[in-house]
Amino acid sequence: MAGIVGYGAYIPRYRIKVEEIAKVWGKDANSIKKGLNIQEKSVPAVDEDTITIATEAARNALSYAGIDPQGIGAVYVGSESHPYAVKPSAATVAEAINATPVMTAADYEFACKAGTAAIQTCMAMVDSNMVRYGLAIGADTSQGRPGDALEYTAAAGGAAYIIGKEDTIANIEATYSFTTDTPDFWRRAGQEYPRHGARFTGEPAYFKHVRSATEGLLEKGGYSLDEFDYVVFHQPNGKFPIRLAKRMGIPLEKLKVGLLTPMIGNTYSGATPLGLAAVLDIAKPGEMILATSFGSGAGSDSFAIRVTENIHKNERPVQMYASRTKYLSYGEYAKHRRKIRM
Amino acid sequence: MPHRKSLASIWRRIPQRYRGESTMCLNCGRHFFPPRHFCPYCRRKSKIAPYTISGRGKVMSYTVVHVAQEGFERQVPYVIAIVELEEGPKLTAQLCAVEPEDVRIGMPVEMSFRRISEDKDDGIIHYGYKFSPILSPKK
Ligand SMILES: [Zn+2]
Repeated sequence: MAGIVGYGAYIPRYRIKVEEIAKVWGKDANSIKKGLNIQEKSVPAVDEDTITIATEAARNALSYAGIDPQGIGAVYVGSESHPYAVKPSAATVAEAINATPVMTAADYEFACKAGTAAIQTCMAMVDSNMVRYGLAIGADTSQGRPGDALEYTAAAGGAAYIIGKEDTIANIEATYSFTTDTPDFWRRAGQEYPRHGARFTGEPAYFKHVRSATEGLLEKGGYSLDEFDYVVFHQPNGKFPIRLAKRMGIPLEKLKVGLLTPMIGNTYSGATPLGLAAVLDIAKPGEMILATSFGSGAGSDSFAIRVTENIHKNERPVQMYASRTKYLSYGEYAKHRRKIRM
Repeated sequence: MPHRKSLASIWRRIPQRYRGESTMCLNCGRHFFPPRHFCPYCRRKSKIAPYTISGRGKVMSYTVVHVAQEGFERQVPYVIAIVELEEGPKLTAQLCAVEPEDVRIGMPVEMSFRRISEDKDDGIIHYGYKFSPILSPKK
């Protein structure tokens, strides 16, 4: 059975507070902070992008796993902010970690769930003995249109997972997906910023898909919710996952460890993988983790994960990156994110 | 790092710039970075072999750049440092993930993967290493 052999996280160190953005647009910061349950978000440096974030996360995953990168037979990078429209992020990442050249690679895109789709592909390739190890990464440097509600949450970060069958630190016992064509959020080719169907993003998109995938996983695997020690839901804001947990009767303590958006924002393809990484950082052998991603457009991938006795200390835990902060003014942020043309 | 650099020269340096691949001399044990194909100390006795550097080192000296060359305008002020690698070689590189006022001589640093430059809006993006303070989980 395929499982996680190693994992690694990366979050850029810059942050911008909700107050700083709200001030520029004449909005009430407190009502936004309450409404979205978010304090601040991560911002990439000028010289960081999805490829550099994915590479740093992959290097951390490799040093956690302690495997020879030449054993990696597949590299998939899931993102909605690949630096190139045509030229694979995955090839650059693979080259940087010395996994090239005998391997397959591709970039994935499915709004915020491309990283978990990459994990599923690697699971199938490992289970069918096509590859010994697969590397699945979810990473993004997402942008919201200046003044748009998404500007408060669109953040940057990522996590990488080495999937294999030997010496797994956590086994992925089951996965279940739920996908429909739903117009909740999109970005047309050549457009710099996304658009969203405003209120359409909640019930028919996020809640329906995350819940359907999660309930499908429970039924398929014969699990009850009580068996899980931790739950990670995709977190476009700090509010949605809490609301869903309440509706499903999941105690909030189980959600807390993997809920990063209130402090770092929505890292899109990085969000569920980073939430899961934060849980693995503290999980003990035998514990069970439920993780369900969501990507607009729309779909969810749900996973039942059992931690094994091979789990060990992560030298670069998510919390280390989450607490490494340097605050920006809106002007500095606009320069960073190339909202100002030079 | 000027713009419109030849694609061939960017491509040839990928192993060095992405992974720190270099060489050492087996005769005297000296490590080189960037790679040398001849040991200036051993000369005819040179025994050159491939070697990948650890990527860790210390800041020997540094300067803060306020007037950037073309392509680096968004990053000012930034720091260019001479870094001594654990294996011995010294090299000049940009520092990242640190404010100029926080840089110290002797500060331990490691290679981070970053965008180095790009060929306008439609050209190739050039990736490689910069040096950042070594991250430690205890803080
Ligand atoms: Zn020599």
